[in-house]
Amino acid sequence: MAPRIPRLSSFLFFSPRGAFRFWQRNAYIFRRIFPESVAVNFMEPVIYLLAMGFGIGAYLSTIGGLPYLTFVATGLVATAAMFGATFECTYNAYVQMYYEKAYDAVITTPLGVEDVVIGEVWWGATRSVLYGTVFLAVITLFGTVRSPLALLIPPLFLLSGLMFSVIAMTFTAVNPSIDYFTFYFALFVTPMFMFSGIFFPLDALPGWVKIAAWFTPLSHVVNLSRALALGTVEAHHATDLAWILTVTVAMFPLPVVLMRRRLVK
Amino acid sequence: MSTVQARALLKRYGDLAAVDGISFQVRPGECFGFLGPNGAGKTTTMKMIYCVLPPTSGDLQVLGMDVRAHPRAIKARLGVVTQDNTLDTALTVRENLVIFARYFDIPWGLARQRADELLEFVSLTDRARDKVEYLSGGMKRRLMVARALVPQPELLVLDEPTTGLDPQARQLAWEKLRQLKRTGVTQILTTHYMEEAAALCDRIAIMDQGRIVTEGSPADLVAAHAGREVVELRTAGGNWQGPGILERILGAAGSLAETHEVHNDLLVLHTQDGEVLLRRVREQGVELESATLRRTTLEDAFLKLTGRRLRD
Repeated sequence: MAPRIPRLSSFLFFSPRGAFRFWQRNAYIFRRIFPESVAVNFMEPVIYLLAMGFGIGAYLSTIGGLPYLTFVATGLVATAAMFGATFECTYNAYVQMYYEKAYDAVITTPLGVEDVVIGEVWWGATRSVLYGTVFLAVITLFGTVRSPLALLIPPLFLLSGLMFSVIAMTFTAVNPSIDYFTFYFALFVTPMFMFSGIFFPLDALPGWVKIAAWFTPLSHVVNLSRALALGTVEAHHATDLAWILTVTVAMFPLPVVLMRRRLVK
Repeated sequence: MSTVQARALLKRYGDLAAVDGISFQVRPGECFGFLGPNGAGKTTTMKMIYCVLPPTSGDLQVLGMDVRAHPRAIKARLGVVTQDNTLDTALTVRENLVIFARYFDIPWGLARQRADELLEFVSLTDRARDKVEYLSGGMKRRLMVARALVPQPELLVLDEPTTGLDPQARQLAWEKLRQLKRTGVTQILTTHYMEEAAALCDRIAIMDQGRIVTEGSPADLVAAHAGREVVELRTAGGNWQGPGILERILGAAGSLAETHEVHNDLLVLHTQDGEVLLRRVREQGVELESATLRRTTLEDAFLKLTGRRLRD
């Protein structure tokens, strides 16, 4: 009798080709709604920038020496990475897994659960890059991008997208019901959105909030996006990159192992 | 070599043995059926065969490979129709087959060609561009079968392939499965329909409470467990508890009745010679609501072996 494979290492048994096949399926489906999707992705930052930049910005002169519009836009672009991956790996993934039983079909083929999860995570990252690139184009049109280093923002979003996908997929794997995503958004995504230095610098916050904010993944993506867009990259930004890399690598096996536990009883 | 070989196969959930140490063999080219009431362990067995559920213990070889060691290699050569329809609702009918083919690394061109052939085979060509949600239940099931055939499988695993279909759709499905069998595709199926098992299967295993109760060809099972003919008597009195009535009938039947079962107002007598038995019963003058004589079927054998108690 073959030995039982220990669960925690099961993610090592994924096949890159299998994961790519599931990614390809998602891409195939997405291709059809691509024009609408880009149009919507285009509208959203425009609305934000009009409201924040010109609405609130009218009452503020500068933040940290930057026009408020520039400050917000170069931080807000980072949220594209978060939302692209998060919607894909929460609601979309859950509906496919639980209601559509799409995973049940795929795992009867040479693909395993681990391929499906990893394919889904990479697809979430892909959405981040697509969405983030459109966002970047919009803020460039608003004249807020000052450095060619901004070209490194899409690759940054691939990495950040992976991180947010892995976090979201981990929650999805243990989520007992679709209603609980409300908690994920209310208790994790929204606070992160507000306290990651997008709308105001974190320096002014009380010490403990500053420390808490430092631990949120989004704040590091915001730091890096802003530095790249403005060309103000400094040595301490290596910490942000290291933080994102560490979380992504450390959490990567989790959704695979947990989804396997959920689907293979 | 057997296509599937199970030895002491066990699947345990806590204290419950869903599959309780079963052994069986499926030979190349045959159609092997699992029959059994709900909860008998049929689907669990199927899932272990198509490698999405690891056995707790025991040995299970599919196409000569161990299911624990080589799930991907096995699944590459299997066609699976799961109990629930698991069609990709984001895709059209034809895309369902094309994208599925990609999971088996079939190149795009060949995938499209095979999709068209299979749609033809299951008579869905004119629905190729529709979203799957607009298909009827029968069409969805046929598409499930077509999808299972995408990798040109050596073994087809069908978990209740025709449940919920109307008689026309079922006849069509049977015809297609028989056609496939003639091309040499080995089939394993589960079903609740005795006619289906009798019509399709070369051999049947009847399962109950995680175990295989008996195994054999449909004809052998009927002969061994249900006799040749059945006489069914319904008493006019509502039940057979009236004084001496049951005894009088059984006395008249004598050794002609091989076995008998009582279920409320129904008395079932298994026999080799129904005509004579029926005549003797009538001579007793007991008031009956109905008396029928018929050939035994697989259903008689099935009920005899698994009882009439509801299993939900």
